[in-house]
Amino acid sequence: MNSLSAQRIGALALRYLYLLRRSWIRIVELAYWPTVQMILWGFITRYLSGHSDVLGQAAGLLLSGVLLWDILFRSQLGVSVVFFEELHARNLAQLFVSPLRPIELILALMSISLIRTLVGVGVAVALALPFYGFNLFALGPPLAGFFLNLLLMGWAIGLLVAALVLRHGMGAESIAWAAIFALAPLCGIYYPIATLPGWLQPLAWILPASHVFEGMRAVLLDHTFRLDYFLYALLLNTGYLGLAISVFLAAVRHAREHGSLLQSGE
Amino acid sequence: MAEPPVIQVENLHKYYGSVRAVDGISFDIARGTTCALLGGNGAGKTTTIAMLLGLLLPTSGRIHILGEEVPRHHHRVLPRMNFSSPYVDLPQRLTVAENLTVYARLYGVPRVRERLAALGRDLDIDAFFQRPYGSLSAGQKTRVALAKALLNEPEILLLDEPTASLDPDTADRMRGILTDYQRRGGATLLLASHNMSEVERLCDQVIMLRTGCIVASGAPRELIRRYGRKDMEEVFLDIARGIQSGEVIE
Repeated sequence: MNSLSAQRIGALALRYLYLLRRSWIRIVELAYWPTVQMILWGFITRYLSGHSDVLGQAAGLLLSGVLLWDILFRSQLGVSVVFFEELHARNLAQLFVSPLRPIELILALMSISLIRTLVGVGVAVALALPFYGFNLFALGPPLAGFFLNLLLMGWAIGLLVAALVLRHGMGAESIAWAAIFALAPLCGIYYPIATLPGWLQPLAWILPASHVFEGMRAVLLDHTFRLDYFLYALLLNTGYLGLAISVFLAAVRHAREHGSLLQSGE
Repeated sequence: MAEPPVIQVENLHKYYGSVRAVDGISFDIARGTTCALLGGNGAGKTTTIAMLLGLLLPTSGRIHILGEEVPRHHHRVLPRMNFSSPYVDLPQRLTVAENLTVYARLYGVPRVRERLAALGRDLDIDAFFQRPYGSLSAGQKTRVALAKALLNEPEILLLDEPTASLDPDTADRMRGILTDYQRRGGATLLLASHNMSEVERLCDQVIMLRTGCIVASGAPRELIRRYGRKDMEEVFLDIARGIQSGEVIE
């Protein structure tokens, strides 16, 4: 009775899948922005590749960057926005009086985030091939490591945003969209971390995504997989995800102390 | 030997800063009975129910449900309880069947289809199983919420204003369903209500709250006799206005 239940996690994931299945607009919306970004950066790549030594050497740099960035962005939204659905639906109290445990709610959010990310980014990745002859899978096995680390970082940010909204109400909802863009300049998506001013670089290196994008450039430019980048990112993600889960659980406890689970809503 | 109460509350307090929402209440509820928590707005009814469900942490005091300490072990008893309230909702865009399926799985209900079909018949909601929950009328939503609350055939059912927003006919049918459910399975019902005729009809025991304290308790007939009134409506008004057994409460 006290252990984690795959059935309860699956039940909540099913609730989100029902929602997705119910609206084709939601499915299109998942893939829309990653695809638009991919098309835009594809043209920029095409234009710049004749004028840039770096892009001439590895034309996939920008497109790989934008598609990997979207893994991070979609996985974060997949946790935070899906959690907001419960607040909007005034369903949170129903969930918390059911046998569902908070940690199972977190695992369900992560599961649905994975599905949303695969659908959203998957469409853009698939379309990049006919549009620009670009195949993200050409990154080879390291792509799995990049995907894992970006997914974990997205979950950590998503849970922190969800905790913030649970603690401070729906007024904090816009942070879900803003949070990740505040980190984007530091992640080195389109340029090496060495490009940043010296005082900003230590800050960049404590972000798992910075290691992922440096690792991506190592694969594309030097044709090497940098295990050190992968392991640093994984180590940082372990810490951040552990912290995010703790903060989310603390926010649930705070809501239980202050009665906000019953009052949650718009 | 008498069976221990299924709900035991001892010296329960809930403070929000200087506000005493619940202020040292104690009560027991026996298995298979129906108890009403009564009181005006802000008396502490919903706060008490929320603490029994583990939705709200008490400031102090002890709660035992089905022999388990709550909130410490509330996950052990939640599969054996359920809850319905007009103040919480279900996802609007999911159909009734989808909502009930999700909750059936959350509660680990075996043979979900059969259970949904039975509830559909009992509560007369099968005609709109495929409609989005958000498109239903208030009365239909209340019936679906009750179906959700009965999914796991709970031993303890907590109901916050179970017939609010229902027309008299539908409300009467809901009361009939609750009575049948209790008679068949011996469930314990705890309800917060403002409907005094409902309380007289359904309840074995009444707990009257005022500003977070219990000011009277007993069987409805006993309270009516004690206050020298003709029905619970008048007893309720006496208590809400600070009059107890003919005396003004200081």
